[in-house]
Amino acid sequence: MNRAPLIFLGIFFTLAFSWTGIVLSNQLSYGKLQPITDETENKSYPELLPGLAAQGKLVYQDLGCIYCHSQQVRRPGFGADDKRGWGDRQSVARDYIREGRVLLGTMRTGPDLRNIGARQTSRDWHMLHLYDPQITSKGSIMAPFPFLFEKHKIVGQSSPKAIKLPAPYTAEAGYEIVPTPRAEALVAYLQSLKDTYAYPETKNVFVEPIAGTKKENQK
Amino acid sequence: MATAPSLVASFDPTSSPDLVKRAELSEIDASTKIPVLFFLCSAVLWLLVGTAFALISSFKLHTPSFLGDIEWLTFGRARTAHLNSVIYGWSVNAAFAVAFWLMARLSRSVLRHSGLLMIAGAFWNIGVTIGIVGILAGDSTSIEWLEIPPYATPLLFVAYAFVGAWALITFRFGKSGHIYVSQWYLLAALFWFPWLYSVAQIMLILEPARGTVQALVNWWFAHNVLGLWFTPIGLAAAYYFIPKVLGKPIHSYYLSVLGFWSLALFYNWAGVHHLIGGPVPAWVISAGIAASFMMAIPVVVVGINHHMTMVGNFSALKYSPTLRFIVFGAVSYTITSLIGSVMADRQVSEVVHFTHFTVAHAHQGMYAFFTMVMFGSIYYILPRILLKEWPSAMLISVHFWTVSVGITVYVVALSIGGIKQGLEMNNADIPFLQVVANTIPYLLSRSMSGILITIGHLAFAVNFTWMLLRPRAAQKTAPTLFRTPPEMEVVR
Repeated sequence: MNRAPLIFLGIFFTLAFSWTGIVLSNQLSYGKLQPITDETENKSYPELLPGLAAQGKLVYQDLGCIYCHSQQVRRPGFGADDKRGWGDRQSVARDYIREGRVLLGTMRTGPDLRNIGARQTSRDWHMLHLYDPQITSKGSIMAPFPFLFEKHKIVGQSSPKAIKLPAPYTAEAGYEIVPTPRAEALVAYLQSLKDTYAYPETKNVFVEPIAGTKKENQK
Repeated sequence: MATAPSLVASFDPTSSPDLVKRAELSEIDASTKIPVLFFLCSAVLWLLVGTAFALISSFKLHTPSFLGDIEWLTFGRARTAHLNSVIYGWSVNAAFAVAFWLMARLSRSVLRHSGLLMIAGAFWNIGVTIGIVGILAGDSTSIEWLEIPPYATPLLFVAYAFVGAWALITFRFGKSGHIYVSQWYLLAALFWFPWLYSVAQIMLILEPARGTVQALVNWWFAHNVLGLWFTPIGLAAAYYFIPKVLGKPIHSYYLSVLGFWSLALFYNWAGVHHLIGGPVPAWVISAGIAASFMMAIPVVVVGINHHMTMVGNFSALKYSPTLRFIVFGAVSYTITSLIGSVMADRQVSEVVHFTHFTVAHAHQGMYAFFTMVMFGSIYYILPRILLKEWPSAMLISVHFWTVSVGITVYVVALSIGGIKQGLEMNNADIPFLQVVANTIPYLLSRSMSGILITIGHLAFAVNFTWMLLRPRAAQKTAPTLFRTPPEMEVVR
C-alpha cells in the first residue's frame, strides 16, 4: 500500500458508507416525521412544551441531568422498564419530533424520566427532591441542588411558594426556603414529561404476552 | 534480521551505525521540537485538570453532599468538565504531538514553519478552556461528547483545520518512498475527524435534525471519535514503537493491511449499538450490532500482529518504559475491543446498557489503551526532541505501577458492579434505591483507584517538568531505563 491516492479513496469511501447508511438514509426516511392530529381532541401530538417547561429543559441541560437519567422507555420484555413503572408503552421516534434537543441519555444511575410527569405529579415532591434528594429518597446518590433555592427572611406572611421542609432540614426560625425561577422552570419541565398518547405505531408494538391473554393482545 | 539493530542499539538513540540516517532523523526531530513540546505541555496540564475533575465527580457519586452546595461543581457539570478536559484537552493534544512527530519521522520530512503550528495549538487550547469554563458555568449543550458550547467550537474547528492541513503537507513533502502502516492510520484519522465533527456540529447544534435522528448522529459521531480518531492514532503509535524499540520488523505486512481496512470498514457502523432498545429504526441497530461483531476481525488481526512481534522479547519489558506502557495499551486494546463486541449483543446490552459497566468499558478504551500508549510514546519522544534523558527512572516506575494497577482495579470493579446493577435493575422486585445502594461499594473502589491513578499522574507531571527544567548533560548520556540491560553492560 504505497499509493497515497488509493489509500485516500478508501479512507473517504469507508466513512461515506456509514455516513450514508446511518445519518443520511435515516434523515431521508424519517427526518420529516409529522405530528398526529387527534380530531376528537382537536390537538396535535406530541404537544409542544409550554413556555415555562421549555425554560426548565434548559436548566435540565445546564445541570447535566442527562448523565444519570435516560429519557427512553424500552419495550416490555426488554429490561424491566414497564414493570418499574417508567412508562406504559415503549418510546417511539414520534415522541421526540417536537424537541429541539433530544435527550435520550445512556445512563441510569437514576431512574428513567421519560414519564416522570405522569408518576410524580406533585410540585412539592419535586421541590423537596431537588433541594435535597435525601428528604424524599433516603440513600439516593443524586446531587442536591440547594443553589436552585433561596433563603428569605419572612416578612409578614410567609410566601405561598416556600417549600415545606421536614425536620431537620428546616431553615432557622423567621426564615423560609423559596425556589428560584430556575427551580420552578425545572419542576415544570419534569411535570411535563409524559408520553401517554397512543400513536398508531405504538398500538402495534410488541407486547410480552401474558399467559392466557395472548389473543387479546394481538387484536 | 541480520541488519536489524540490537536491543541495546534501539534503546540508545546515539548508537545507530547509520550516521547519515541518524543525522537526518535528528534534523527531523529538531524541526518538530517546538510544536510537539507545546502540545505535550498542554496535554500534561489538561491531564492534571481532568484528573482533578475526575476525582471530584467520583467522590460525588458515592457521597453526594461532597461540595454539594457549589453549583459550578455539581455532578452533571464536574463529570462533563472531566470528560471534555481529558478528551479534548489531554488526549487530543497528546494525539497531535505524537501524530506530528510520527508523521515527520515516517515521511522523512522536516516540519516546515513549525512555529505557525503554535497558532493552531493556541487556538485549540483557548477553545477547550473557554469550552470547559462554559460547561462549568452552565452552558453545556448536554449532547454527549459534544458538550462544548457553540461559542467555543469554531475555534476548535479552525485549529483542527490548521493541524490537519499541516500534517498532510508534512506527508506530501516527505522523501520516503514507502508508506508505513502507522501513516495509513494517521492519514485516515486526520481526515475522518473533521468530517465527523462538522457533520455532528451541523446536524445537532446549528441546524438540528428532527427527533431521534439526532441520537443516531450523536452516536455515529461519539463512537467514531473513539474508533476513527483515537484508535487509529493509538494503533499508529503502537505499530511504530513496538518494532522500533525491539529492533525487529512487525510480524506481518499482510495482516496490517487486513487490520487497517477491516477497521475502516466496520468501526464506523458500530456506534449505533449505543441505541439498542431505543426509539430508532431497528435495522440500523441490527447493522450496528453486525458491525460491532465484525470488529473482532481487525482487533484479532491487529492483536496477532502486535503480540506476535512481542513474542520472544518479553524480557525487554523489564527495561524499556516505552515498551512497557505501549504493550499494556496494546493488550488492553485487544481485551476492551472484544468486550465491546460482546456488549453489542442484544441480550448483553439489555443488562449492561445504562450501567456503570459502560463507564468501565469507556475507561478501558480511552485510558488502559489510548492513554497508556500516549504515555509510552511520550517517554520515547521527549528525550529525542529535548536531547536530554528522563531525570528519574523511579518516578517512571511509580507512574507505571500506580496507573496500571489503578486502571485495572477501576475496570474490574466497575464492570462487576455494572453487571450486578444491570441484573438488579431488570428485576422489578428489587426497589430502585436498593439497586443504587448496591453500587456504592463499587463506586468507592473506583474512587480508591482514582487516587492511585492521580498519584501516577503527579509522578509523571513531576518527572516531565523536571526534565524540561534540568540542564542538558555535557557528555553523551544513556537512555533512562527501568534497569540496565545485561547487553548494555557488555557494551561498556
